[in-house]
Amino acid sequence: MSQRLPILTIDNLHLRYGDVDALRGITLEAGTGEMTFLIGPSGSGKSSLLRCCNRLETPTSGKIYVDGEDITQRYINLNRVRRGIGMVFQSFNLYPHMSAKGNVMLALRKVLGKSRAEAEAIALKQLERVGLSDRAGHYPNQLSGGQQQRVAIARSLALEPKIMLFDEPTSALDPELVGEVLKVMRQLKDDGMTMVVVSHEMRFAKAASDHVVFMAEGQIVEAGPPAQIFDEPVAERTRTFLQEAYH
Amino acid sequence: MEQILFQFFNLDIMIQAWPIMLRGFGMTLLLCIVVIPSGLLGGLVVALASTSEKRWIRWPVAVLVDIFRAIPPLALLIMISAGLPFAGIRLSPFTAVCLSFLLNNSAYYGEIYRAGIESIGTGQDEAARSTGLTGFQSMVYVILPQAVRNVLPDLVSNTIEVVKLTSLASVVAFAELLYSADMARSVTYNASPIVMAACFYLVLLWPAVRLASRLERKLST
Ligand SMILES: Nc1ncnc2c1ncn2[C@@H]1O[C@H](COP(=O)(O)OP(=O)(O)OP(=O)(O)O)[C@@H](O)[C@H]1O
Ligand SMILES: [Mg+2]
Repeated sequence: MSQRLPILTIDNLHLRYGDVDALRGITLEAGTGEMTFLIGPSGSGKSSLLRCCNRLETPTSGKIYVDGEDITQRYINLNRVRRGIGMVFQSFNLYPHMSAKGNVMLALRKVLGKSRAEAEAIALKQLERVGLSDRAGHYPNQLSGGQQQRVAIARSLALEPKIMLFDEPTSALDPELVGEVLKVMRQLKDDGMTMVVVSHEMRFAKAASDHVVFMAEGQIVEAGPPAQIFDEPVAERTRTFLQEAYH
Repeated sequence: MEQILFQFFNLDIMIQAWPIMLRGFGMTLLLCIVVIPSGLLGGLVVALASTSEKRWIRWPVAVLVDIFRAIPPLALLIMISAGLPFAGIRLSPFTAVCLSFLLNNSAYYGEIYRAGIESIGTGQDEAARSTGLTGFQSMVYVILPQAVRNVLPDLVSNTIEVVKLTSLASVVAFAELLYSADMARSVTYNASPIVMAACFYLVLLWPAVRLASRLERKLST
């Protein structure tokens, strides 16, 4: 395993919604450029964990350090924190009233204060990166699901985040469109992006990830390199889950 | 038959009444120009406040909206124009009308915007916030454009109601269209000016009514 400095450290994280304990003491680390894969049954807290990492949720207790900074501090500028952490959603969440280019440009203009020309240049560059230069002027409803998701990835990338979070990025896609999104993610990994991915694409996890974390009921059951988790899982829970996942 | 023509469609009287009717129509337009934009703007403020994350903002606004939606607009207007003087506040008829319309319209437009805002899934806001936009920026650039588009037919319908309600200003002797028509009627002992007023309203509102039903059809397809 690579000996790189952890860029993301999660320390004994708890999250409670009312009387639901969604996260119960999550501790994990991710090094720069590593891809961490979160797997686990529905309701195990995978989304909750991601959402804590860009502070869409506020953890009940525990700490999250991004590049050495504690982002769970009480009086922290959340807008600045989020700018450095990209998030890709299952349902894309593109802005339907803006073109692909417009979607990417919005935060560049309003958050980073770039000029229109500058923002446009960056947007085109990022759309090229996800293979969509020729779709810059298209609106979301004129794009396929796979294309929409790639625009959403470009939108996050444009802010040059330190970490990218993916919450089931291919689950809403027709099977034949999954590949194009995974290809972009693979390429991001090769470019050295740190990524935390929630997904059911086990084959992709095997091929591309550095760590696989198996969660159940808000806790980490087992974590390790993909070969270990997929081929020689220690915990009974993991084995059952993987058997069911591979039908 | 002749009697009906004489009483309701009397050309001589219409010509006679034309200048005063035109002036009244102008005043109605003036009211619209003040009352519609101020209501749309006030409604926006109300909607932003009533969808705020902070309970101490949401609450008082919800109560005020309820109150102003429950009071009949005419009662509100009379309270302001005839009631406030007892508190030592004397407003011109025009100001009284504008103020009562602002309160009433902000509540109504506010509820329409709010329905529009709530029709937009939280995913849009989360996507915006995850790129570092502030809650306000997300509202202005991402949520509102979609929300307004979704409730455009309702905004237009409500605006039509507001235009009709400007006739309430006649009650406080503000010389808008209906007041002028009624003046002309009482001077001439003839109903033709009232028919004229109805025609003016028709000319003013017919395009808006067409627009409203076109928008409704467009959004439902
Ligand atoms: N906003 C919320 N309010 C209340 N409970 C919630 C909320 N969001 C999630 N939960 C609960 O927290 C627990 C963890 O949910 P979470 O969405 O993180 O699971 P998940 O692993 O992402 O599941 P899935 O695979 O179905 O997406 C579940 O029991 C869920 O019902
Ligand atoms: Mg989830």
